[in-house]
Formats: sequence, C-alpha cells, structure tokens
Amino acid sequence: MRRGRRPWPSAVVVALAALGSAFLVLPLAGLFWRAPWTGLVDDLTSSEARTALRLSLVTSLGATAVAAVLGIPLAWVLARFTFPGRRLVRALALLPLVLPPVVGGVALLLAFGRRGLLGAWLLEWFGIRLPFTTAGAIVAEAFVAMPFLVITAEAAFRNVDRRYEDAAATLGARPATVFRRVTLPLVGPALGAGAVLAWARALGEFGATITFAGNTPGRTQTVPLQVFLALESGRPGLAIALSLVLLLVCLAVLVGLRDQWLGPLRRS
Amino acid sequence: MSTDASVRPTTRALRLVMAAVVLAVAACGSGSPTGGAAPTSAPRVTVTVFAASSLTEAFNELGKRYGAVSPNVKVAFDFESSSDLARKIDDGAPADVFVSADQPTMDKVVSAGNASAPRIVARNRLELLMARGNPKALTGLGDLVKPGVVFVLCAPEVPCGRLGALALQQTGVTAEPASLEPNVKAVVSRVTSGEADAGVVYVTDAKAAGASAEGVDIAVAGDPALEVVYPAAVVRQSTHPDDARRFVDFVLSPDGQAVLRQFGFRGQ
Repeated sequence: MRRGRRPWPSAVVVALAALGSAFLVLPLAGLFWRAPWTGLVDDLTSSEARTALRLSLVTSLGATAVAAVLGIPLAWVLARFTFPGRRLVRALALLPLVLPPVVGGVALLLAFGRRGLLGAWLLEWFGIRLPFTTAGAIVAEAFVAMPFLVITAEAAFRNVDRRYEDAAATLGARPATVFRRVTLPLVGPALGAGAVLAWARALGEFGATITFAGNTPGRTQTVPLQVFLALESGRPGLAIALSLVLLLVCLAVLVGLRDQWLGPLRRS
Repeated sequence: MSTDASVRPTTRALRLVMAAVVLAVAACGSGSPTGGAAPTSAPRVTVTVFAASSLTEAFNELGKRYGAVSPNVKVAFDFESSSDLARKIDDGAPADVFVSADQPTMDKVVSAGNASAPRIVARNRLELLMARGNPKALTGLGDLVKPGVVFVLCAPEVPCGRLGALALQQTGVTAEPASLEPNVKAVVSRVTSGEADAGVVYVTDAKAAGASAEGVDIAVAGDPALEVVYPAAVVRQSTHPDDARRFVDFVLSPDGQAVLRQFGFRGQ
C-alpha cells in the first residue's frame, strides 16, 4: 500500500462502509449486551456445559488430525503433480466449503450410514459403526474442515522455492529427507495456520454433526448442538454463555492468524 | 493460485453464470399470476398456525378443507417441535394459533401471557416405530435392551421425548437411546432410513409413514401421565384473533374432528 496523502473516499462510500461494519458488529455486540453475566460462571461450569466443552475439544482436535493426515498429502499431490482430472479432484476437495453442512451430513449418512455405500461393509466386516458415535462426530467435522487445510497447504507447497529442494537433492538427500528437512520447515507456519483454521471450523460445525452423528450428551452433543437444544429447552442463558465461548475462541483465532491471512492472499 | 491460462475461462464462466442468474431473477420477478381472478371482494387473510410436527399431515388437510369453506382465508403452517414453537412465540414470532403436543408446553406459553384459553383439539397415543419388516423382531419397549438394537427418542424438552422417556422408565427399560432428535418427524426419518432399528413416535406418525415402517402400540394406555393431548390457543400477538379463533372452532367441529380421526388421532 502506498503511503502518503490520499483523498478521503466519498461520503456515500463511507456511509456504506459504516453500515457494513455495523451489520457485522451489531449481532456480536448484542451477544455481549444480553449475556447473563451473573449466572455465566454457573452456566459454564454446569456438568452439561463441561461435558459439551470437553467433547467439542476432543472431536475438533480429532477432526483436525484426520484433516491433516488426509489433507496434507492431498495438497502435496495437487500442488506438485499434473494428472488427468486434477481440476476435478481439487474442486471435490474444496466442495465442503460451499456445500450446506446439513447436505454434507445427509451425504455422509448415505456413504457411511448403516445402509450406506461403505458403511454397510464397515459394519458387517469390522463391526465399525459411525453414526451416533463420537467417531462419527469427528468424521462429520473433518469433512467440513478439511478444505481449509487443503487450500492453505496447497498454496504453501506451491510457493516453496524449488531451488532449495533441488539443492538438497543434488547434495544427496532422498525425497523423503528433502520433504522432512527442507519443505516442511518452509511450509510449517502456513500448515499451522491452515490447521488452526480447520480446527476452528470443526469446533463450530452443527448441521453435519447433528445429521450424521445425531445428538447424545457426552457422545455427540458438541457445543453448537447444545446451544441449539438449550434454546429449545428454554435455557437461553446457557445458550448465550456457550455462544460467547465459541465467539471468543473464533475471535482469538482470527486475530492470531491475521498475518497468515494477508500473506498468501497478497502473493497469489 | 491459478495460472494465467486458467483465468480467462473462469471469468467467462463467471459471466455466463451471472447472466443466467440475472435472467432467472427477472423471469421470476416479472409477470402477474395468470388464471382466475380472486372470487370475493373481501381482503385475503392469512392465518398462521404454529403446530406440533406430529400434526403435519392432518393439519395440512385441515388447512385445505378450511380454505374450501372460507375462501378469503388462507392458512399457513409452521410445523416444528412444540418446544421450538413455544420459544418462537415467546420471542414474538407472528403466529395466530399455537397447537402444542402437550399441556406443559402450552401452560408455559399461557403463563408467559402469550396465549389464552387453550382448548384440547385432539388426542394421540405413543407407538414404537420399527423399520419395515422389523428385522430385529422387536415386540415392545422391553426388547430395546436386546444387544445390537439401535433406537432413538425425541429430545427430552420435546413432548414426545418427555413421554417416551417416561414410558421407558415405567416399563423399567434401562437402555440408552442412540440419539435424541429435535422433533418427532426426525425420529421417523431415522427409522425409515434404516439408521435406527426403532423410535418412539405417535400412532399418527406410524400411520403417516405408511408402508415404509411398522409400529407396535406402547401398551401403557390408560396411564394419565402418558396421555397425549393437543391444546390449541389463539396467540396474543395475533393480528387476526377472530379468524384465528374461527380456525380453532373449525378444528373442533364435526368436520374437523373427522379429518383428525382419518389420520389416526382420537377426538377431543
């Protein structure tokens, strides 16, 4: 951005920009305004809230791990190799970004449910059941969160200066060593940012989780599900308290990653 | 992230999509409805009925019949769990009539001052719904403890969930449900899709599910705590309280009651 004196934008632009900020800020301000501060600690330390918070932590971390194990190799392949159908594979990898989460949940049921494409086989041969289990919640969250990791990782792998890798290769390093000691440290920060984004997305997932994994306290009732049901059971205080927790977590993630946001966007 | 060569086809595709969207919006927005003009000179009134989801099929039919006898009134429905609807009404949603699936939910709305003079319009019974063919050979609630049986209930704040849990408690069944669904039709979906072996629903839901499922009466009839009643009341914020009351009168009339019985409800 050029420094120096620039004219102010027109009044119309300023007004619209102000409206835009208000549109985004007001609901969040409303959350803070109406928060039941007096009962907040009690609500958050109640056994149901603690169960949901603990479960959400477990499932979101699990989902991030799954997204990393499956997504980073996929991003590597997409970034470094050309093969027929590459554009299609990339589009499919990014599909959960735009797919309505509940549609994702329905699709997961048709694939991994008891009568699903793969699910029936998993149940019959391995006794593995995914719907209504914590593992199922992890799968649902991984499904929606993985694209975040794939996007960031692919951009990072593309932006690595290949000369470092080539130099390492000419010095005698095998491909695995090159990846481990040259590529990974170069993409580390970007991968970390992608993982944090994926984690935050997994933490906030609702539609796919409630459709695929169902709702059972302690097993699949993550924090977003509990917010929804707390509203239904006439406990808005608990709903607002949990919403505040999620909001603060998301704010922390976004503020912490702001440099990572702007970096790759500026380069590409 | 994209190469130079791929930018142009993408821009072209984007322009095509935008042109299509603009055309579609123009097509939808333009033109007046063709065909018969409005028959009466009286202004068209819409009565909005918030009704428990177990009333879906019956009340859709009642809405049609009412439209035939009162052509200047259109009945619009919102079918969700009674607890969700109660919360919306207390938040000021524009409803005219509220029909709940149990007395406690209606009592909450009445004591909040948002409805008055509830009248019971129908009764129902609980039923255990099983997938077509009853593959796990379930004969009643007691069979739910058999190993490998997956069953679901409504969430406890929803009337059929409260009654389902009560029925399980009274029959001494200690099995845990695999999921607590947000409303009774969600329970039906879990069973008919094959994800769950059984679910506690109402007799009328089993009838509406038709050939895709089978049911077994939950033999706790006569127990007043498990009686299913549907109180209906005019909502305080209704803008057409007289029309609202007339619709409730219609539901209570012999014609209305006949429709309800046709769908498996018991009369008031």
